[in-house]
Amino acid sequence: MATKKLMKGNEALAEAAIRSGCRFYFGYPITPQTELAEYMARYLPKAGGVFLQAESEIAAISMVYGTSAAGKRVMTSSSSPGISLKQEGISYLAGSNLPAVIVNVQRGGPGLGGIQPSQSDYWQATKGGGHGDYHLIVLAPSTVQEMADLTVLAFDLADKYRVQTMILADGTVGQMMEPVELPEPVQKEYDKPWALRGKGNGKSKFITSLSLSPEELEQWNINNFEKYRHIEETEQRAEEFLMDDAEICIVAFGISARVSRNAVIAAREKGIKAGLIRPITLYPFPKDILRRHTSHVSRFISVELNMGQMIEDIRLSTDCCRPVSLCNRTGGVIVTPEEVLAAIEGGK
Amino acid sequence: MIVFDKPKCLKDAPMHYCPGCAHGLVHRIVAQAVDELDIQDKTIGVAPVGCAVFAYNYFDVDMVEASHGRAPAVATGVKRADPSRIVFAYQGDGDLASIGMTETVHTAARGENLTVIFINNAIYGMTGGQMAPTSLPGQITQTSPYGRDVNTVGYPVKVCELLATLEAPYYIERVAVNSVKNVRRAEKAIRKAFQNQIEGKGYSFVEVVAACPTNWKMKPVDANRWVEEQMIPYYPLGVFKDKDEQK
Repeated sequence: MATKKLMKGNEALAEAAIRSGCRFYFGYPITPQTELAEYMARYLPKAGGVFLQAESEIAAISMVYGTSAAGKRVMTSSSSPGISLKQEGISYLAGSNLPAVIVNVQRGGPGLGGIQPSQSDYWQATKGGGHGDYHLIVLAPSTVQEMADLTVLAFDLADKYRVQTMILADGTVGQMMEPVELPEPVQKEYDKPWALRGKGNGKSKFITSLSLSPEELEQWNINNFEKYRHIEETEQRAEEFLMDDAEICIVAFGISARVSRNAVIAAREKGIKAGLIRPITLYPFPKDILRRHTSHVSRFISVELNMGQMIEDIRLSTDCCRPVSLCNRTGGVIVTPEEVLAAIEGGK
Repeated sequence: MIVFDKPKCLKDAPMHYCPGCAHGLVHRIVAQAVDELDIQDKTIGVAPVGCAVFAYNYFDVDMVEASHGRAPAVATGVKRADPSRIVFAYQGDGDLASIGMTETVHTAARGENLTVIFINNAIYGMTGGQMAPTSLPGQITQTSPYGRDVNTVGYPVKVCELLATLEAPYYIERVAVNSVKNVRRAEKAIRKAFQNQIEGKGYSFVEVVAACPTNWKMKPVDANRWVEEQMIPYYPLGVFKDKDEQK
């Protein structure tokens, strides 16, 4: 019998990771994700796992690299400035096809920025982030329940495709408390014949991201992008709210989507046919879902806590066939339902 | 009668190292230790960025290649994943003592039960002979063309001495491979550094003072003499920490 528990988003995510079979966590303290690390420090050893506070974010992601190379489910978490430091290791994970789950509980930037919620790492998360050609699967939770559920999905997708999954949360979802139904412990295990466990009686293996032959490296990238193409075809996820007859479509993720939902309800009460598409996967961007609605949507509004990043993906997904406007706040300021409603009512 | 044979733990691959380079010799010593301790089946090595970046082409054990300087952190991740595995990091001076100094110090400070082999040849080899954190005062390199000026770039880092100030490390020794006598000591030290890990004693670190004839622009014999006359006086050989001796 499933019971609900009142939890912080960061803690729900941590508990879901343990229930997903993650027994290794490496991280470095930073606001506003620290509860996640603290939860791991308290409960991971009790689950027979390893919590290790690394000397830096760079060291933490390098430890993730080592543990993933050894075939174990492993996670790290941080917030925006710390995620920038992890980009080196994330690129190496991508270059070695090593699965990992990386959590970014975003705060305002650039630089040291602030500690209030933000969505300004959208570009960094969805367009690669580190050097080289690669993508992360990016999941955007908007409730504490989703902090848990998308963590289970994140580990599964990482192992299934041998990719790196980023949970792109924000300070609000990380810090808020809500009732959550925790997932059942995951039993499924992926076979990892590539993992380093010592050669035993077999042939020795190695894992590297180095390839000095241009032709080989090109082919490696082409192969990897076939995988990304498959992910784009099969893993798009979004929630649609009042979209069947919507003429004005809000596109918003995470905390912005929750604010926008209230604005959509208020608009409907005024007789305006507004609807909401809430991307759950930011990469792959749910472009097929957006395209399906262009026949009846006359304009899109991108609601984001940044200077306008996702808006580019909305335009690209719809081939700019409908106008797309921006309703945004940034720097740690959260957009209000009134502001979103004004954006719905205004413009044409 | 076979008087010398390649260790089982080295592959039949021709090495890319330059004539007179110490990497091949130290690879042989590491491989020999792994053979003698009969741990080839459960050893996992971590290769650095630098001249030894292709170490995985030579060692016949499972290997993973780390980003620049992060080998001890990657090794930590591998070891923590399964403490029954024998894990070593193999790094040069730029990798270990410059960009990776943080990871080096903290892995030692945690007393991770793993083995670090440090090749100190006082220069960046792979990129063509730039000044290293361990380049000697006055040493001419591509980025210290007038000689290392200690007034502007400071003094070379003595890594063994630095790590020996930490509480956790179990064993820290500096050796050289410029003479038969020194090679024998290096063999003993590296074997001990692995033996310690097998026995769960903790962090073991062996620095190998080594020649880089190509980037020093010397003949191999002259380079070994330079090790003896210039490097060893600055980097004295010996045991800097051994908890076996403290018992």
